Amino acid sequence: MGKNPKLLKILPVAFLCLCLNGCVSTPKGFLKPGEGYLQKRQLQMKQYDTTNEEQIMAAVAGVLQDLGFTLDESETELGLVSASKKADATNKVQVTGAILFDVLGALGGNYSGNTAQCDKSQTVKASVIAKPSLEGKKIVVRVTFQRIVWNMSNQINRIETIDDPVVYQKFYDGLSKAIFLEAEKI
Amino acid sequence: MSRRIRRYWILTVILSVLILAGCVTTARKAFETDESQVELRSIQTRAFDTTDKKKMMQTVISTMQDLDFVIDKADLTLGSVTGSKFLGYNSVTMTVTVRPRGEKQLLVRANAQYGVQNVEDAATYQDFFNALEKAIFLTAQQVD
Repeated sequence: MGKNPKLLKILPVAFLCLCLNGCVSTPKGFLKPGEGYLQKRQLQMKQYDTTNEEQIMAAVAGVLQDLGFTLDESETELGLVSASKKADATNKVQVTGAILFDVLGALGGNYSGNTAQCDKSQTVKASVIAKPSLEGKKIVVRVTFQRIVWNMSNQINRIETIDDPVVYQKFYDGLSKAIFLEAEKI
Repeated sequence: MSRRIRRYWILTVILSVLILAGCVTTARKAFETDESQVELRSIQTRAFDTTDKKKMMQTVISTMQDLDFVIDKADLTLGSVTGSKFLGYNSVTMTVTVRPRGEKQLLVRANAQYGVQNVEDAATYQDFFNALEKAIFLTAQQVD
């Protein structure tokens, strides 16, 4: 042991660094608007030519139910509805690839466990705000989605804000229809 | 092993134990803050020259949405808005409260948590109030 004094000196320092690493500090600047926030607004917002906030709120609750969400919280005076749903998150391509790698690994004598890392289920959270526009003649609706994805061994694989335009388009298509249906009392 | 190296090792072990002891979680730890109560309030609070609580809350909500937050809860009577966002593998939760201050002003207080840690960094809150100021076209005033 005494043969390598350099290593003996470096090891304790490395160990100390590891100890200090356990106390992680918080990152800075996460309450600053990101670069593309104006584009995101365009994606998440839509205006409706009405001043009937109640009707819009009813339609929002309706379309969330149409999409299989359950309502978690609402504050009608502020025009807020938040909802969530659980959904399947398996991706055939991902699973097939993982099985292939696992089989190859097994043939090589290793356990790689890729299949256990595959996405399995997800919880999607939605919050919708409806408020009068600045000039007060329209109602502005804004929705944001975020999701948590679990893998086959029930660990969290990913947490993220959903930025896919198709998802937002689907919500607003449904909302436009729901507003029409509510108006026609269907 | 020489005596010097041995002493060096012992010192390191003692230091490591001390550092690790600092990370131990206890019930008391949940109530600890780095800043003093007064200092924390001044970091997290700003006053605005308006009395329109509803508009202020709706602006707070849209500012939080601009910052990628999903709004979990809101209550007009209490004046509170709570939202969360994801940052890598950690989540940030933030509560903003709006309450009247005197006859002509509203006090806005933001309170954020990153993972299991309280955010007590003044610059981070300043970023939020800068964004809020822009959205409501009013100046955020420091409260003493």
